[in-house]
Amino acid sequence: MKYTKQEYQEYLEKKSPNSSLIKDVLAAFLVGGAICVVGQAIFCIYKNFGGLSDDTAKTAVSITMIFLGAFLTGTDVYGRLAKFGGGGTLVPITGFANAIVSPAMEFKREGYVMGLAAKMFSIAGPVLVYGICASAAIGVIYYICGFFTGGAL
Amino acid sequence: MSGRKCGKQTVKIDNVRVAASAAIVGNKEAEGPLGEFFDITLPDSEWNETTWEKTEAKMQREAVRLAVVKANRRLDDIDRVLAGDLLNQCISAGFGLRELEIPFYGIYGACSTMIEGISIGSMLVCGGFAESVAAVTSSHFCTAERQYRNPLEYGGQRTPTAQWTVTGAASAVLESGVSVGDIAVTHITAGKIVDMGVKDANNMGGAMAPAAYDTITAHFKETGFKPSDYDMIVTGDLGSVGADILVEQLKADGIDISKNYNDCGCMIYDAEKQDVHAGGSGCGCIGSVLCGYLLKEMRKGRIKSLLAVGTGALLSQTSTLQGETVPGIAHAATFRMIDK
Repeated sequence: MKYTKQEYQEYLEKKSPNSSLIKDVLAAFLVGGAICVVGQAIFCIYKNFGGLSDDTAKTAVSITMIFLGAFLTGTDVYGRLAKFGGGGTLVPITGFANAIVSPAMEFKREGYVMGLAAKMFSIAGPVLVYGICASAAIGVIYYICGFFTGGAL
Repeated sequence: MSGRKCGKQTVKIDNVRVAASAAIVGNKEAEGPLGEFFDITLPDSEWNETTWEKTEAKMQREAVRLAVVKANRRLDDIDRVLAGDLLNQCISAGFGLRELEIPFYGIYGACSTMIEGISIGSMLVCGGFAESVAAVTSSHFCTAERQYRNPLEYGGQRTPTAQWTVTGAASAVLESGVSVGDIAVTHITAGKIVDMGVKDANNMGGAMAPAAYDTITAHFKETGFKPSDYDMIVTGDLGSVGADILVEQLKADGIDISKNYNDCGCMIYDAEKQDVHAGGSGCGCIGSVLCGYLLKEMRKGRIKSLLAVGTGALLSQTSTLQGETVPGIAHAATFRMIDK
């Protein structure tokens, strides 16, 4: 082969098919949007028929959506949905539930401690670490800004 | 150069035949275009075991048993078994074969392991160090996914260049003595590790194609054969992307394999219907296609001469996480039907 490594990689790039951007974006929009619509519907039910306050209803919706994500993962539905929806299933809170439940199911065979419990965070762990770090950092910035604006931000 | 060496990489093998071969596959493979040729289809992904790792070990064990029975031998008659797989520390081989009590050499060439086993086995038999050698390998979609990628239930999308790990185990029994009607192993070309700097672990066909190119070029140069000397030339699991590159690059050197070439990763599944993206991969890919389909076709006389090139990507999860490139390997073996 008369290619340098650099040339081969450029050649390979040309030979390798890419994902269809328009189809993927559209599928993500539809599936992700549908999940949010379900969340909104549950919110309205909790608020109007359950008599919950705005804040409590929001928390209850998160809990319900996490349950649904976990349930659909366990019943082998979420993986199929994600194959079509891509980012649309990854971003909502149901995707987070899927990321926790799927390794928990898979690694149960390695035991409840070093398998299930330890591997549970193998995908979602980084999200937790950097999510919590980022929220702490933003909190500090928010606090400092408060000195200059007299608490109004 | 004297004796059996044809060159730096190729040796000539005398008087070694493939006495029998057997292939065990999963459901998806049985539903593919070659489904009818495999010996056993798993009823489900577990095959009455509690873990997929145990299933894969059982597949190796049963593949050896079946090939030995088909060769009209008992396990006692087998002098050596050469086995390997994709799982860390080759546990499918170690656990699967422990109760067979056959002297064992563990080998690893990633997805080229089948041809590596046949290569070393043929040399052992040809050299008179063994009368009867079994080569075996396996891969299982579920064990490979959880080791290399994500849990099965994790929602995600695969790239168009990604390949589907074949659930399959295959074994071939090699013995000394060749007569009319036998399939002989006549040449072995050992591959060099070739790394063209590809980092995408989801494009293994592209990463392995240069290794296949290198080994096939050496094979033709050292044996003096031409592509037209073969009824069929197959590679292990380059998939559609890698196969295309291989044909194009060999053609640029004046070696045209386009007429009689195929890739086992493209043969084992129906790419349109079975949603496997670039094709099949895994040790069981060339293993089951060779031992289940191609060697049987040779026995029926439909293929008289075959060049089988096993291709492997010598990466691990650790090397990928550390940003390393994907080294490729390819081993080739010539099979010839003795008709006169």
